Amino acid sequence: MALQDLIAPQESYNYAFLDEGSKKEIRRSLLKAVAVPGYQVPFGSRELPIGRGWGTGGLQITLSLIGKGDIIKVIDQGTDAGVNAVNIRRLIERTTPDVTTTLETAEATVIQTRHRIPEERLRADQTLVFQVPLPEPLRLVERSENQTRRMHADKNYSRMWVALYEEVVKHGLIARATSYPVLVNGRYIMATSPIPRWDIDKLHQSDHLSLFGAGREKRLYAVPPRTEVIPLAFEDYPFTVENFHGMGCARCGSTNTYLDEIITDDGQKIFMCSDTAWCDGRVARQSKEAI
Amino acid sequence: MSIELETANPDQSLEVEAPLLVVENLFKRYGKGCERCLELTGPDLETNLCRNCGALIACADVNFEIYPGEVLGVVGESGSGKTTVLRCLYKDIEPTSGKAFLQAFNNGQTDIFQTNSQQARYLQDFLMGMVRQNPAMGLRLHITAGGNIAERLLAADWRTVSEIRERSSGLLDRMEVPIKRMDDFPAFFSGGMQQRVQIAKALANQPVLILLDEMTTGLDVSVQAGVIDLVKEVQRESGVAIIVVSHDLGVIRLLSERTLVMKNGRIVESGLTDQIMEDPQHAYTQLLVSSTNY
Amino acid sequence: MGYVAVKGGLSAIQAAESLVQRGRLEGQSPLLQIEQIVEQQRLVVDQIMGEAGLYDEKLAALAFKQAEGDITEAVFLLRAYKSTLERVGYSLPIDTEKMVVFRRISSAFKSIPGGQLLGRTRDYTQRLLDYALLTETKQNQAAVALEEKAAPPRRFSRVSDVLRGDGLLAPLEPSNEKEPFDVTRESLKFPAPRSAVLQTLARGESGAMVAFGYSSMRGYGAVHPTISELRYGKAPVEFQHPITGNPVRIGYVRLTEVEGISHAYNSEGKGGEETTMGNAGEERDDEKAKPLFELGYGLVYGQNERKAISMAILDKALELGGNSPTGDQEFVLYHVDSVESSGYVEHLKLPHYVTFQSNLDRAREERRLAFEKEMQK
Repeated sequence: MALQDLIAPQESYNYAFLDEGSKKEIRRSLLKAVAVPGYQVPFGSRELPIGRGWGTGGLQITLSLIGKGDIIKVIDQGTDAGVNAVNIRRLIERTTPDVTTTLETAEATVIQTRHRIPEERLRADQTLVFQVPLPEPLRLVERSENQTRRMHADKNYSRMWVALYEEVVKHGLIARATSYPVLVNGRYIMATSPIPRWDIDKLHQSDHLSLFGAGREKRLYAVPPRTEVIPLAFEDYPFTVENFHGMGCARCGSTNTYLDEIITDDGQKIFMCSDTAWCDGRVARQSKEAI
Repeated sequence: MSIELETANPDQSLEVEAPLLVVENLFKRYGKGCERCLELTGPDLETNLCRNCGALIACADVNFEIYPGEVLGVVGESGSGKTTVLRCLYKDIEPTSGKAFLQAFNNGQTDIFQTNSQQARYLQDFLMGMVRQNPAMGLRLHITAGGNIAERLLAADWRTVSEIRERSSGLLDRMEVPIKRMDDFPAFFSGGMQQRVQIAKALANQPVLILLDEMTTGLDVSVQAGVIDLVKEVQRESGVAIIVVSHDLGVIRLLSERTLVMKNGRIVESGLTDQIMEDPQHAYTQLLVSSTNY
Repeated sequence: MGYVAVKGGLSAIQAAESLVQRGRLEGQSPLLQIEQIVEQQRLVVDQIMGEAGLYDEKLAALAFKQAEGDITEAVFLLRAYKSTLERVGYSLPIDTEKMVVFRRISSAFKSIPGGQLLGRTRDYTQRLLDYALLTETKQNQAAVALEEKAAPPRRFSRVSDVLRGDGLLAPLEPSNEKEPFDVTRESLKFPAPRSAVLQTLARGESGAMVAFGYSSMRGYGAVHPTISELRYGKAPVEFQHPITGNPVRIGYVRLTEVEGISHAYNSEGKGGEETTMGNAGEERDDEKAKPLFELGYGLVYGQNERKAISMAILDKALELGGNSPTGDQEFVLYHVDSVESSGYVEHLKLPHYVTFQSNLDRAREERRLAFEKEMQK
């Protein structure tokens, strides 16, 4: 046996970019995560050809899961057209020749997302993969990783609650906007990745599996289907979602979807659906009906 | 304004009262130790340091009981071990050996030194309270005064802000902290007011036992008296048991019914506070009493 | 409608990519060759290999060329490349005493066994811009090259062994870890074992490490060491043959190694820090006759002396602990990695409008509540 036999000339990339050992390790960590909903599983996160902080966690999950016959949708801020989503989709296409991509939510088997959950209810055969920058919900009250691990182990969350109380005292309401802390399965407080509060309810008692990947921070966690996901709030300061004050989408008219506020060229403010695929679908149906 | 200060365990139905807390052979050593440590340290030798191996015997052979609603004083100078005893009880530090049983914790069946971290927190959050000499160690200075108390209530699953604020403001008011300072940070309070906030915080979940560790040391004398009076009133109203540690015999005399005198890690004398003051037996106690003017 | 829908992300990216390719080649100058970078820009190649944790001069040069000189970008390319490679195995530990040394100095002693070998260094050159380089040609430099030849490289014993022999430096102890931690395979846990600390520092971003090491020397930390030895040379890499079990030399790597010694401090809070809620008592160490000096260790790929020195400082600072930033493992180890730090800082360029919308919602609501409260007064 020569050393040359152990090393292949490397000018090509492995299927789904990562080497097989890495993918296996990631899958095993994911199994652990699913077994303990909301618990952050440390894993040996690999570097990828996109930047740390740009979705390597979500991408490692997707690349470890997909295979022949999978259909991938990638969105960022709710839209497939976002530049980062486009880039991630390209990398997946490039390294997995037998996987197809789609813009249609209903067609996808795996949806990788940054900052939103699609408006359309996902089914049990679909997996939602989140890109997470900061997996630790307690980081805002405690900067030491050692301490936060201890707090989770002891289910000692009083400092998180104090932080919410202090927000009410200071601002008159719970001021946190996104990555809102939730209690999963009655046990772990979890960071919802920066999705708007609007989307949190979609995690609760879902039909689909939600997987969360933080590449830079090297943590994976999961919310299995049919799991309790309750946002932290007070009896007299209950959890509220973003309020669009009756505005609707300028394109499809929807008043029950999350909207992007857009400042037009002539200085006007209009709103449009963040979930562009959903909006496209509505517009298509409306024009069909019009005929 | 009268508020709930009652202790969590007002069991007055027993004829002969069981002690609230029993401490057996509490021993804390820093360093590896040797077989001669106990023999080479103590009040007679006037040292805590074992000259054979260099270990420090912070306290040894500490045995005592405290009854529900009682105030026990522990007096001694630095090195006496009095603070070590408190910190072991509050589970700040781990004793080298010894046992302690708290009636309110599993009916006194479980040694509180052998608990896991969740049980430890239960002891710290619900059954005991601690007031430290340095408020920076006992309070979060950059959380509001009300928030500091709220932390204890939130740990007890209180989830309504108005109720939390009602209880916090009640406690602060009882401790003579102006309610309008409830949403201010203790970092900007005077020493005396910080101590009052600490006491309010310690009382939040109606513990059965409060530990006061040099609570008045570092405060102006005029302020000390006010804090001590407040503690006395609160103790009478609520029936909470207190262990008060101080190097100041005057403070001990004002607050405690019984006293332990400690020197170089050992208890040298114990008894009713008045008796010890009138008729100290041990040479060290005599020294302490005679050098205190009150 | 007066809005422009944001579509066409793909064409935007493709256009940006072709601009990147073209931009690099737009000028009139001759194309950079990989060999030119390897031979004439060796120090950047060394820095890139060190920060990527991948020893391959050609690939590092390629990454540098592709990245148009952006070192962090080049490191990024190599790290990503590593992720697609199958891990063959682990080499046997390298013995730097077997190093063939090109340069070796000690600041601790005037004279050391084997002597001080200044070697090829800029340390004592005068930093004057050499305008001759603007118009140099291969011919007029050839004359200079033949005059000075470096002394032949040799092997040296260690200065630190001399100190150990005198009992002034603690003896080497076997590690309490059974296997070295592998930071590329596991995420850090704290307190991190020394092997994890050293690996993270060895791959650390040179600039970040120099900044942190500097801060430690200036009072934001406990460590201001003396260099017992700095050596730069090439060391053999050996691999255990899978069938015979014998060590087989598979090549050499160039390394810079630094041993920094400092006077032992004895009360810098070894686990004795009190946190805000008052806990953790002090544990005293009652060892007798402690050695007077302690050692901090630095080892990096290629010639990167400032990073190796900083590594030795930080190794020691982290071991001592204490209240300063450089005594805090989480602070140092989480923030020295160039791919992670630059990735996260630059991710701010990504769209964040959905989350921002949510922030706007909260701010507006807070304002509305405050306004209502005013109205009620």
